[in-house]
Amino acid sequence: MSKSLTIHHQDTLEDHPDTRSPDTHQDPFAKTVFGFWLYLMTDCLLFATLFCTFAVLHNSTYGGPSARILFHLPTVFGETMILLFSSFICGCSMLYALRNAKTKVMLCLIVTFLLGVSFLFIELSEFTDIVQGGHSWQDSAFLSSYFTLVGTHGLHITFGMLWIAVMIAQIYRLGVTTNTFRRLAVLNMFWHFLDVVWIFIFTFVYLMGVI
Amino acid sequence: MSSELSLNEIQKEWHGSWQSYVIGLLASLSLTIISFFLVITRFFAAPILIYVVIGLAIAQAVVQLLFFLHVGQEERPRWESISCGFTIFILLIIVIGSLWIMYDLNERMMPVEMETEMLHD
Repeated sequence: MSKSLTIHHQDTLEDHPDTRSPDTHQDPFAKTVFGFWLYLMTDCLLFATLFCTFAVLHNSTYGGPSARILFHLPTVFGETMILLFSSFICGCSMLYALRNAKTKVMLCLIVTFLLGVSFLFIELSEFTDIVQGGHSWQDSAFLSSYFTLVGTHGLHITFGMLWIAVMIAQIYRLGVTTNTFRRLAVLNMFWHFLDVVWIFIFTFVYLMGVI
Repeated sequence: MSSELSLNEIQKEWHGSWQSYVIGLLASLSLTIISFFLVITRFFAAPILIYVVIGLAIAQAVVQLLFFLHVGQEERPRWESISCGFTIFILLIIVIGSLWIMYDLNERMMPVEMETEMLHD
């Protein structure tokens, strides 16, 4: 197949895709990374629709408190910082995996895990504060869309934590191999993606809610 | 088209470097801190502040896509960059489209008395 293409395009049409050089998307690693990338893109659309819902409903408080009263910005700023550093340290685990430094990879993943736990802890205590203050997600369209949007992100983080825990165990037992390296790479993409989504939550939900 | 690559070959396909991660971290940190303090101190009036903060968020997303997720650093054909661009295109249609429609509906459908009532409710 590729041979016939080679002959076909050999000296005609210079800007046509060069089939003579090997396609870098053919090996299992690149295929997995690309497949996971496509999943992240669809996840991106999921969050886009939730953001839309929130943007449409954020004024429909039905007599309840608005964002300005409910949100405490310094707490959210702390959460943002935690997630940002965890994203960076997760990236470091990848750089150590490039050098096959097993212990350092595990150390980075453990730090990422702990930062993730503290992020979730702060977020959940924020949620319980709001609900115990008498403003459950059933009280207004604003609160429903807020809990759906931020809760979906929190759910992603929770599954990410589960994944990191499994990853630590796998690195510990198997070391850096083709399989664990591939899984680590995909985990990294997931974690960085969640950080990007959080920036938009921080800006559109919290900062703009307070403005 | 051999199916099995060695670990060493796979590692060459990863684009991250210390430099890119440190740049990404420092840029994201400063952008977050700037937007936080702009809002806390109410540096601008509300309408301008909203646009500035949105601009900073988009800048930070671009920084993270470039330095953490390494978009656009792959070999040709750039399937990842293409799918990313297409997703952003669809995303803008969804977001701008729904906001436009809902805002317009709100304007047209709501009687003036109800609107004031809703504000007091």
